Amino acid sequence: MNWLQRRVRPEQIRELSLLLLIILAVTIFGSLIPYYYTSRTFDRIAESVTIIGIVGIGQTLVVLTRNIDLSVGSIVGCTAYFIGALIAGNNGINPLAAILLAIAMGAVMGAINGVLVAWARVPSIIVTLGTLAIYRGMLVDLSGARTVTSDSLPGWLLNLARVNLLTIGMVRIGALFTIALSMVVIFQIGTTYLRAGRCIYAIGSNPDAALLIGLPFRRLVFLVFVISGALSGLAGFVMLARFGNITVEAGRGLELEVVAAVVVGGVNIFGGSGSVVGATLGAVMLGILEQSLLRLQISEFWRDALLGLLILLAVASDAVILQRLRTLWGRAELKVAPGMPPPVPETEKGVTNP
Amino acid sequence: MIALGRLKSWEGLLLAILVVVVAMNVMRSPYYLGIDNVVNLFQLSIEKIIVALTMTMIIVSGEIDLSVASIMGLAAVLLGCLFKAGIPMPAAILIALLSGLAAGLFNGFWVAQAGLPSLAVTLAGLIGYRGLARVFIQDHSIGGFPAWFDTIGQQRTVGPLTISIMIFFILFVIVAVTLHGSGLGRLVYAIGNNTQAARYAGVRVKLIKLCLFGASGLVAALAGILYGARLGSVRGDIATGFELDIITMVLLGGVSIFGGSGNIIGVGLSILVILNLRNGMGLANITGDTQTSVVGALLILSVLVPNLMHTLKTKWKERKT
Repeated sequence: MNWLQRRVRPEQIRELSLLLLIILAVTIFGSLIPYYYTSRTFDRIAESVTIIGIVGIGQTLVVLTRNIDLSVGSIVGCTAYFIGALIAGNNGINPLAAILLAIAMGAVMGAINGVLVAWARVPSIIVTLGTLAIYRGMLVDLSGARTVTSDSLPGWLLNLARVNLLTIGMVRIGALFTIALSMVVIFQIGTTYLRAGRCIYAIGSNPDAALLIGLPFRRLVFLVFVISGALSGLAGFVMLARFGNITVEAGRGLELEVVAAVVVGGVNIFGGSGSVVGATLGAVMLGILEQSLLRLQISEFWRDALLGLLILLAVASDAVILQRLRTLWGRAELKVAPGMPPPVPETEKGVTNP
Repeated sequence: MIALGRLKSWEGLLLAILVVVVAMNVMRSPYYLGIDNVVNLFQLSIEKIIVALTMTMIIVSGEIDLSVASIMGLAAVLLGCLFKAGIPMPAAILIALLSGLAAGLFNGFWVAQAGLPSLAVTLAGLIGYRGLARVFIQDHSIGGFPAWFDTIGQQRTVGPLTISIMIFFILFVIVAVTLHGSGLGRLVYAIGNNTQAARYAGVRVKLIKLCLFGASGLVAALAGILYGARLGSVRGDIATGFELDIITMVLLGGVSIFGGSGNIIGVGLSILVILNLRNGMGLANITGDTQTSVVGALLILSVLVPNLMHTLKTKWKERKT
């Protein structure tokens, strides 16, 4: 037990158990569904994880600072539509410029959220509930309820969803999936090793303390909203490439799926703990559940009911089991280093205000 | 003086907005304040404003309930399925109401007893209860309810008012008295202000939170049944997305999202503002999503403007000293 306690933090146990759960789910579905272990299954799941996963990274950063971003669905819809309309009207546009434009557009929308939360000190749930409606209203008004159709888009954009960068056995890794994967790697490393990344955790753990020791509190909160917006913009571009046909309804309700993935992935809704990889695993879990239950047909209607239960289980296990583990780990540390000051007991869960 | 001071407060601001909106609407249409249009005004969003009342208590206590719209859907769908299965309507209504109560208590158990964050628990409820509704009804639509049931939601039985509007007013009085005229109401504010202090002072925090979530579920189920009665049929996606509108109504009413402050008068005024604003925009041919975005902008401004005023005031004072 001792070597385990020294090598693994309780937070990592959460990610490992989610990984085990994913393997378990795949095994169970594999025995129920014929031809489950094929590249088609992988493609389907990878496709559905790509968008949720990208937006989930930004959401994780926001939730880590004890905020929430409910406007992501509308940002994804706006960028997918407007960039789509732009490319449709101007087929010769440079692909890289189009991607950067999508990211920039999302970043601007995120920056509006960020200014209101960080400097005007409006609670994030109010700001993003408002911009959720405002951005969607903007999309419906400015688009005149028209649709971007795939035949008006250039070939390179539609091919992006079919290009394979790498083939391992039967599994093909597509370009869009690679974008998502590289984002996960970049942000996981960033939040683990960069100064700004650690500061984000500090802010979420204890905002008052972070302010007192002089962390650039406002700037970091602003930054996470900008990143969340920018990644939503990227996800909007991915949505455009994948579907081709974009209506004003694109991305509606996405925010709930993303928050669900983040919560299932073990990111604490009160900030300060969780990781980008965890949130991505959460998105993978939801993707597997969605695609596999779809294949089971009879149980299609059970998907949401199971999903709700899964979220509840994730949160409950976090509160009950992890709390125990942390005390256990804490005691072990005391034995290992008797000279260290005793760990301050955490305040009881659920009694602090959100 | 106290009355004057109150007018400068949140409610005063809402009242001013309300007067402006109503005046603009009356200028657009002289029939605007006619009894038919006013009843219609309430009738079109009656389910949302009923749930907003219990949501007020939940948010004052420092929690949030995202699952209300799904409980509305679950109750309506359950009612439809039971009716189709041949169970008499009154019994079906009772079971549907109880299902809402059970769903609310289930949320409340995890929040109060297990101490989980309500945002996460009720997000699970939002997805899960909607899923259960889909399991029951699949992709069908159930209608053809007895005539008296449809009457509840549509006919003007009490003078010019419908039964659902009467239910709203009765619930409004009940919530107002509970929140502002009873010991329980003071405890709800105490919990919202500082849960830990309330617990140390001997307030039965867990029990009260459990009751609040139970009440929220029960009222949401009632609203769902009324919605089914108004539409005359139920489907799996009934009342989807209502939670955002409901929470917007409460927050615009000056109830702090962190709990412990706000009052039911403010929520009542905010309901009137939103209903009149939407109706007025409808008169001006402004469509649903744009209406929602105007309400969203109002929500942000309602917190932003007082914040900026406060900052300016403190800066001004600093300069003077």
